Amino acid sequence: MTLAARIRGVGLVGPGWSSWTEAREVLAGRVPYAPRPTVAPAPDALPATERRRAGKSVRIALGAGLAAAADAGLAPKDLATIFASSGGDGDTLHEICETLASDDRSISPTRFHNSVHNAPAGYWGIATGAMQPSDTVAAFDASFAAGLLEAATRVAANPSMPVLLVSYDAPYPEPLQDARPIMDTFGVGLVLDGGEAGARIAMRIADEAPTAMDDEALDSLRRGIPAARSLPLMRMLARGERGSVALEYLGGRALVVEVAP
Amino acid sequence: MRPLAIAAFTMTSCLGRGLEPARAALRDRRSGLAQCRFETAALPTFVGEIAGVDDVRLPEALARFDCRNNRAAELGLRQDGFEAAVAAAVARHGADRVAVVMGTSTAGILQTELAYRRRDGEGALPADFDYRRTHNTFSVADYVRERLGLGGPCIAISTACSSSAKAFATAARWIEAGLADAAVVGGVDTLCLTTLYGFDSLQLLSASPCRPYDADRDGISIGEAAAYALLVKAADAPRGSLALLGTGESCDAYHMSSPHPEGAGARMAMEGALASAGLHAKDIDYVNLHGTGTPSNDAAEDRAVMALFGDLVSCSSTKGMTGHTLGAAGAVEAVVSLLALEAGYVPGSPGTNTLDPRLRARYEIHGGERRLEHVVSNSFGFGGSNCSLAFGRLRDAA
Repeated sequence: MTLAARIRGVGLVGPGWSSWTEAREVLAGRVPYAPRPTVAPAPDALPATERRRAGKSVRIALGAGLAAAADAGLAPKDLATIFASSGGDGDTLHEICETLASDDRSISPTRFHNSVHNAPAGYWGIATGAMQPSDTVAAFDASFAAGLLEAATRVAANPSMPVLLVSYDAPYPEPLQDARPIMDTFGVGLVLDGGEAGARIAMRIADEAPTAMDDEALDSLRRGIPAARSLPLMRMLARGERGSVALEYLGGRALVVEVAP
Repeated sequence: MRPLAIAAFTMTSCLGRGLEPARAALRDRRSGLAQCRFETAALPTFVGEIAGVDDVRLPEALARFDCRNNRAAELGLRQDGFEAAVAAAVARHGADRVAVVMGTSTAGILQTELAYRRRDGEGALPADFDYRRTHNTFSVADYVRERLGLGGPCIAISTACSSSAKAFATAARWIEAGLADAAVVGGVDTLCLTTLYGFDSLQLLSASPCRPYDADRDGISIGEAAAYALLVKAADAPRGSLALLGTGESCDAYHMSSPHPEGAGARMAMEGALASAGLHAKDIDYVNLHGTGTPSNDAAEDRAVMALFGDLVSCSSTKGMTGHTLGAAGAVEAVVSLLALEAGYVPGSPGTNTLDPRLRARYEIHGGERRLEHVVSNSFGFGGSNCSLAFGRLRDAA
């Protein structure tokens, strides 16, 4: 079976790019890739109290999500959302585990509520006022493909309700970074719906190896951050090409996405 | 949505292993909560601990998944013929057509908490620590998938305390979209220091067994559980089977750890479940409340229930029996709802003595036998994540 949707808007923030506009130039092959550490956008959409509390995961997820909504020309509060990330906020979890291993186990309450995997979704609601359904999902290195599949099934269930997929990851500090290396912070946002506008994507699970990036630095980025497993799809979108890409899924399989601009 | 049959279901919690002790506890209004003696936690609170979970051994081939959370997952899978029911679905549809959707909030983070105590002089974690198969949010979904030999789509839902209710909604969409013919859905969350000390930091832990809807309620009791259901298409199940009829989801868009005071998001979720089931408020016979036992949670949920159902519908929280099993609560209370439908009773609420006069819904402290056709189960979580599920029976052969 195949699931289809249209891509209405795109946002991307990662090592080397602060926006989809910048990333598109590189992915389209017009500008060489120049990696530099990701600058997660300031969470200006949040009220002052929450802004102070927002960690890296929240900032990258909000940044990529709001950019995609703006690109789609849709109000963020009208979007159903899917947040897909390989893990919860690394800095927060590290701080909590460190505190719990010490003699004084008093965790800060803010840190605790920031530790839930769906913290970015919660902050998104506070920032945008969106009361639409929101999921937060995880599938380890397959989190992007799993999130895309989840978004496509939401579109299938209600084609007129636009769905924002935000896939993001942020590195752990040491010692967890050693156990789960994540190269840098990365966030991608895609607004999907079942309408007539935008690139059409159709997807199915198949026994295929994931598509690699031609450029070695871009491929190491793809392999280095679960959310960056999206790069082969983003390259197709940047080039406005028709064709298909295989995105890493589970059990040695791929989510094969056919793209028609 | 098109109704989905529940071909099998099971729960393992502080009430015991499998459905039998849960049935008995629900009928007898028995609490499984006890003074917290978990690990090195030094907190004056009650918890709902699964007896003997530390003694469970995972199959050799899956030894790398070993941690308390996956042991609970394993123990839960062994009950009530659940594995055999999944094997039957695999025989019918093929392993690639059976999906896994698991809800959890903390997965096996306890393993990381313990590893942080064993760091070497340089601060490195011990070599035997397996982040991917224990701590990571996906680990329990991965375990269940491997353990049952399933090759269909698989995902972990982690929206705090609504996680495993939302697992039902995701699985229903997957089957509807044709991604799978059947789905193992469930929730597994186990005791850890992060949640115990975390809820303590928010001053949300009760020093006594939790008392939902009581005038003197003062917080939650944390529990742990593994609960599962096997969802299949109506056409693949006998008429009259217990069924998932509707799902509703919403966000509060209000605060990270406090509910919307008017219960606006909770009401939207319940309305969504009714609309998706094609039911009206008057069709519902019992609401299994989220009912955590904190002053603000119960007050907000009461407003939402009153706005939608008035004081006509029986409702109760079963967290006085199981504790709040967090990411597993949605699946646990789905199972409780199914048991209530099956046997025709409204579960009572141990721990609750004097109803809060400011709460107005028809809260049943003692419970009792009732004819139930349709039940709604509520699960709400941090980040303002809400999910309501509607259960009943398959009416007509599909």
